[in-house]
Amino acid sequence: MSTKAAPVTNAFSVEEIRAQFPILKELIHGKPLVYFDNAATSQKPRRVIKAESAYYATINANVHRGVHTLSTKATEAQEAAREIIRRHINAKHVHEVIFTSGTTASMNLAAFSLGQLLLKKGDEVLISGMEHHANIVPWQMACERHGAKLKVIPVTDSGEWDLKPQRRSDATDSATSFSAERTRILAISHVSNTLGTINPVKKLIAEAKKLGIITVVDGAQAIAHLDIDVQDLGCDLYAFSGHKAYGPTGTGVLYGREELLERMPPWQGGGEMIDTVTFEKTTYAKLPFKFEAGTPHIAGIIGLGEAIRWMEDYDKASMAAHEHILLEHATKELLTVDGLRIIGTAKNKVGVISFVIEGVHHYDLGTLLDQQGIAVRTGHHCTQPLMERFSVSGTTRASFACFNTVEEVEVMVGATRKAVKMLR
Amino acid sequence: MPSSQLTQTQQELVSEFAMFSDWQDRYEHLIELGKDLPLIAPEHKTDDNLVRGCQSRVWLHAAPQNGNIHFTADSDAMITKGIVALLVRVYNDRTPQEIIGASTEFIDQIGLRAHLSPNRSNGLVAMLDQMKRYAVAFSSSTNAS
Repeated sequence: MSTKAAPVTNAFSVEEIRAQFPILKELIHGKPLVYFDNAATSQKPRRVIKAESAYYATINANVHRGVHTLSTKATEAQEAAREIIRRHINAKHVHEVIFTSGTTASMNLAAFSLGQLLLKKGDEVLISGMEHHANIVPWQMACERHGAKLKVIPVTDSGEWDLKPQRRSDATDSATSFSAERTRILAISHVSNTLGTINPVKKLIAEAKKLGIITVVDGAQAIAHLDIDVQDLGCDLYAFSGHKAYGPTGTGVLYGREELLERMPPWQGGGEMIDTVTFEKTTYAKLPFKFEAGTPHIAGIIGLGEAIRWMEDYDKASMAAHEHILLEHATKELLTVDGLRIIGTAKNKVGVISFVIEGVHHYDLGTLLDQQGIAVRTGHHCTQPLMERFSVSGTTRASFACFNTVEEVEVMVGATRKAVKMLR
Repeated sequence: MPSSQLTQTQQELVSEFAMFSDWQDRYEHLIELGKDLPLIAPEHKTDDNLVRGCQSRVWLHAAPQNGNIHFTADSDAMITKGIVALLVRVYNDRTPQEIIGASTEFIDQIGLRAHLSPNRSNGLVAMLDQMKRYAVAFSSSTNAS
C-alpha cells in the first residue's frame, strides 16, 4: 500500500523559499533543524528581518508625534503597513485596521469593549468547543463583569463544530445554540490551532447576523494559510497575530467594521488614543488611534507589512497547496506507526496534525524528537477544554509552513518510530 | 569541603552518564533509571502531591525518617520518571540541611542541562524546588519542636 516515492510539489519551489529563512541552517543537537511548530510561531524570511532592522538602523522615531523628518518617515512606514494589511484582508477602510500586540490582545480588546457596549445580565456569548484560551478567557471575564453567560458549540469526534442544535427550530432551548433574545456575541476561530480544522465561519456568521448577533473571528491560525476577505466573511471583528504569518512577534491586528468600531468604547487609555485631555474629561482620538494607546511596536508593524507582501509575492494559494501535500503525506505515514491516533480528522484542514500514541507520553515523544532535531509542540496547546473533549491529557502536534518539505515529514516519521521503540 | 554521601552519589551519576557518547544511550539509561524507581504507595499518588509546572504528571511524596527525608515519586511520562529517579537517588534519605545546601551542577554535567531551562513544560526545576521546600519545611518543624 505504502509507496516509497515522495509526492511531487510541482511549480512551487520549496528550495527557493527555504533559502530565504536563515534559521533553517541551524543545527539542533548536531542535526538539521526540522521546524514543525509553525502553529505556535512561524519562522521569518530574511526580508522581514531586514525590514525590521532597517527601521531601527535608518528611521527609528516615534510615530504621529514629531515634526521632524524621522518621525514623518516612521509614521509613513507604519501607515504603509496598515494599508498593506487593509488590502490583504480586503477591509473597506484603512482605519478599520487596529494594531495590537497579537491575537490575545485583539481578543481582550474585543471582549472588554464589546462587553461594555453590549452585555447585560442574562445575555449570552457563544463560542465553540475548540477555541484557544485567548478566545475563551477574555469572554469569561467579560461575562463575569456583566452577569452574562458563556455558551459553547460542541465539537464532533472528527473535530468539527456540531451545528445541529443551531438549526433546530427550538434552538433557544438548547444550551449551545443561538438565542435571538439572549445571544449578543458569537466569537469563533477560523481555523483550530490544535486540530487544524477549517471552520465554516462564513455560514455561521450569516446565521448570526440574521439575529443581529455581533460576530468576532479568531483568525490566528488562518492568516498564514487562507485568503482572508473580511467583507466576504461578513464578520464584525477579525483578529490575528503577525508572528504566525512570517511576521515579527509582538504584532497583531484587530480588524473591525467601521460602524461598530465607532460605537465601541476604548480599552486602554494613554497617549496616542486621545484627542484632548483635561482633568475633567478626555475626548478620544479618531479610528484607529482610539484603540492604539501608547507607542506601538513600530518596527514589528513594518516587519508585518513586509511579511504580508512576502506572502503575496509567493502566493498563499500555492503555499497552501504545498502544505496540503505535506499534510496528506504526514497523515498517511504517521498512521503506519503502531498505536498512533490522529486527533482531528476533519475533511477541511490546514497543515496541522495532532496525534497521540498508545503507551507513549507526548512529553517523552517531544523530548526524543527534539534530540533528533525536530521541533514539535506537545501538551494541551492552550486548549484544555478541547483536550477534555477528546479525553486526552495532551497531544503531539506537527504544524507545517510553506518552507517545510516532504523529506522533513519522512525524517519526523522515522524519528517517531525510533522514539516509540525507545519508550516501549 | 568534605565530600558527603550526597555529592558522592552525584559524582557516581556523572560518571555513569559519561559512559554514553550519544543521546540515545543517555536517554535509554535515563528511562531505565525511571523503570527502577521504587513504587510510590498508591495512597501518596494524590493531587496534593502533584508537582506543579510539569507537562507530565509527577507525584512527589516526602516523609521524615530518623532525621532524614524519605522521598518516593512517580510520573506518567518515562523521561520525567527517569529525571525524578535521578533526583530521588541523590536526595533521598538525606538530612534537610544536606538537601538545602546541595549543588545542582551534576545535572549539567550529566548532559541534561536543557531540562533546567526556564521552559514552562519542564519539570526538573519544579521537582528540585519542591524537594528543597520539603527540606525547609521539615527543618523548621524540627527546629520548632
